[in-house]
Amino acid sequence: MTTEHVRRTPAPPEGTYLGMPKFATNAKVQLGDNQLRKNLRNATGTIRAKRVARVAEVPEWEELRLAGEAIKNRTLRHLDAYLVQLEESLTRAGAKVHWARDAAEANAIVVSLVKAKGVDEVVKVKSMATQEIELNEALEEAGIAAWETDLAELIVQLGHDRPSHILVPAIHRNRSEVREIFLREMKLYGTPAPDNLTDDPTVLAAAARTHLREKFLRAKVAVSGANFAVAETGTLVVVESEGNGRMCLTLPETLISVVGIEKVVPTLADLEVFMRLLPRSSTGERMNPYTSMWTGATPGDGPQDVHVVLIDNGRTRVLADPEGRPALRCIPCSACLNICPVYERVGGHAYGSVYPGPIGAVLTPQLRGTSSEIDKSLPFASTLCGACFEVCPVRIPIPDMLVHLRHQVADKKRHHPGVEQTAIAAAGWVLADRSHFELAQRAAALAGRLLPGRSHLGPLPWPASPWTDARDLPVPPSESFRAWWQRTRGETA
Amino acid sequence: MRAEGLTVALFATCINDVMFPGTPKAVVTVLERLGCRVEFPLEQTCCGQMFTNTGYFDAAVPDVRNYVKAFSGYDYIVGPSGSCVGAVRHQHPMLAAHAGDEALAAEVDKVVARTYDFTELLVDVLGVTDVGAYFPHRVTYHPTCHSVRVAKVGDRPYQLLSKVKGIDLVPLPDADQCCGFGGTFSVKNPDVSVAMGADKAHHVLETGAEYLVTGDNACLMHIGGLMHRQRAGVRTIHLAELLAHTEGGAR
Amino acid sequence: MNARDEILNRVRSALADVVQPDPTLDVAVGWTYGRATAMPDVLERFVEMTLDYKALVRRVPATEVPDAVADLLVAAGVGSAVLPAGLDATWRAAIVAAGIAVHEDEPQLSRRELNAIDAVVTASAVSIAETGTIVLDHAPDQGRRALTLVPDTHLVVVRADQVVSDVPEAVGRLAAVVAEGNPLTWISGPSATSDIELTRVEGVHGPRTLLVVLAD
Repeated sequence: MTTEHVRRTPAPPEGTYLGMPKFATNAKVQLGDNQLRKNLRNATGTIRAKRVARVAEVPEWEELRLAGEAIKNRTLRHLDAYLVQLEESLTRAGAKVHWARDAAEANAIVVSLVKAKGVDEVVKVKSMATQEIELNEALEEAGIAAWETDLAELIVQLGHDRPSHILVPAIHRNRSEVREIFLREMKLYGTPAPDNLTDDPTVLAAAARTHLREKFLRAKVAVSGANFAVAETGTLVVVESEGNGRMCLTLPETLISVVGIEKVVPTLADLEVFMRLLPRSSTGERMNPYTSMWTGATPGDGPQDVHVVLIDNGRTRVLADPEGRPALRCIPCSACLNICPVYERVGGHAYGSVYPGPIGAVLTPQLRGTSSEIDKSLPFASTLCGACFEVCPVRIPIPDMLVHLRHQVADKKRHHPGVEQTAIAAAGWVLADRSHFELAQRAAALAGRLLPGRSHLGPLPWPASPWTDARDLPVPPSESFRAWWQRTRGETA
Repeated sequence: MRAEGLTVALFATCINDVMFPGTPKAVVTVLERLGCRVEFPLEQTCCGQMFTNTGYFDAAVPDVRNYVKAFSGYDYIVGPSGSCVGAVRHQHPMLAAHAGDEALAAEVDKVVARTYDFTELLVDVLGVTDVGAYFPHRVTYHPTCHSVRVAKVGDRPYQLLSKVKGIDLVPLPDADQCCGFGGTFSVKNPDVSVAMGADKAHHVLETGAEYLVTGDNACLMHIGGLMHRQRAGVRTIHLAELLAHTEGGAR
Repeated sequence: MNARDEILNRVRSALADVVQPDPTLDVAVGWTYGRATAMPDVLERFVEMTLDYKALVRRVPATEVPDAVADLLVAAGVGSAVLPAGLDATWRAAIVAAGIAVHEDEPQLSRRELNAIDAVVTASAVSIAETGTIVLDHAPDQGRRALTLVPDTHLVVVRADQVVSDVPEAVGRLAAVVAEGNPLTWISGPSATSDIELTRVEGVHGPRTLLVVLAD
């Protein structure tokens, strides 16, 4: 490199997701951040209560969930046909369809489309797919500035940060942190924040409006994702709140939508199910403030140069496992994150992926495989409490899928047995047969007798320390139930 | 359903058998008090959940076979654990399929249909909510996740507790939140597990209860272990043991 | 192999377990589409839910719409408004008579010109009582999408016969216009965000003031 690259947009944090340590290690760091835990507890508590109230208004909620599950299953099980139909519909409506096998291919397509327009910036509406492929950095490397326009994404981008939630990417930040970020960074990248900026969310939102308005008024190219893509009509749907989506989808000359292949739904009528499930599950509203639906290019209205990039990037690998396939039903609503007691304590960054929380714990290891430390630890980042399944609007059986993925991880370790495998093998032997179990019981009872007068054990060295560092351990009683039964009742057939 | 003469096979669960024998003893006490005949098939070991949930399906399959062997001769099988009963119902069919053993799968289906959580056997099979218990203490109940979301015991524990003489049952704030035990989660992710357990313990203390009661001793061991370390002074008790208490003290 | 064919091939081989070629026979969807949601009074529910979003709603007899439009604009302090070409002539006359500077979108106004205009006045296509949602299908009485986006105040007129109970009926009514290629904009209250501490704030990028006239 002869010339140093001068960045156009705020640099994200150093390091990659894949280079992160295992979940438990990340979680410990996040748990130490009291401000973060307070922010998360307040935010998830608020949104849980809203969701419960809005869902309770719909008597046929369970029927809707079953319909959402069935429609998505139908789509996924015949995805090839629906993708071909979507492509035909889009093409007929004047959109150009591109296909990308992986992130690099998708990024190359978007970069070349933007370059062909001869511009050096794009405005973006929040999209999980473009985060997943790290499009912003690919554009930056090509000398193109990608401006995030969703308020939370703007906070994350200006904060040199990573999103920590699917729906509210800056959920880990409170109002005073947001104020500091806006005061420090806005002036470096466009219209500055007013000097008298307070930490009132209304004032902060107004500052974002002013900062981004100039970018909206001049942008020639926008990049979006899509919540749904209707095969029958070629209609794309973006569900949002602030109007930044409408700005991006309406004002520029060129619109590039990066859409995961699982986003297709068969018919327009199917939207009646998802447009009832999504807002109530997601923001806990009867309906989100704005939904845009567009079908290719509309003469005289909005972008006339319309592109759709359909991406695989690991999705066909998920599809190939019938037990993992339900993860593709996800209509990113984030209800599973908001309800998850683990997510509530550690936040999204510990999951090492743009998809955090319970859905991330099942989706990420499938999309990326389980070779890295973080990816193979994700299926274990859950107590299997089951709250996520209860709130999922498309009934993704996340706890069962976590167990399925744990099996895959354990299976891979078979050839490299370690402490865990040895312990499992020993416990497996003990519990596989009554006679082994009774032998082990006598040993446990002996241990109990060696500690006369003690009901609990305090801190112990490894391997007991993960338990006893904070929790006392009860001492096994000197007589097991089985021994008592045999002593008092005699053997039963 | 008349309890008189009903034969019930007790699935003690491995952790209760070794660590908390008072719980299966209490099940025997309550069921015999109600006129049931209780048997304890000695072939039983464990539901295998610890292996299944850690990903070691092969290690869990022998436990499924043991369960079938121990209990296939009984019409009513009862376990004092929402989690272990839930694992039998929800995971044993999957494990039989994993083993590729159709005969086992057929046996599992039969045994699973006859397996009840203690509270289900009392309320649904025996039709009893007042089991004659007396427990003059301030008590709060934590509905463990697997009892609610896998075994689906619903409000049966509350029905039973509300009929206990002398009890002062106080609601637990955020009762529906997981305590953070999670089986091997408690040692694979100890920091998160303890953080969740500390919040649960905090809510228990808020109630001013003398006793925390649940239907799962594993969760109780976790929350109780934290409270014991903190010298919190709240005692823990399994629902079956609470229901075994009668006026006059004899269990 | 090109990316398209390779992805489709990957999908097909991933679905080797699917044997029934007809999607509707393969997976049953136990749902009856297009049903109404029962409610005592559709129009009252619509007003109630729209107010819940902190939009301003005025319900008037059809004959009084022009006056209501002009009154609301004046009360909101609107000095200029862009009007779509197909807007009702009587509304237009009332707006002009109220002394508001009227802009046409013919030829199309630039973004910056639109940004300098206070308000936009439009009709609408369908409204949803249960969710307080107003749907624009961008027919000539509503104009292209940018008109109802850039100005900071949007006054929209909803006819009573355009209000349906819930989302399924609305999607049914909109199917034809989507098939013709029209875009749709679903609006539920003024622009809003809950991105800071999940505290709802009305007014971000879209119109911060939403004025609704319901014409009985």
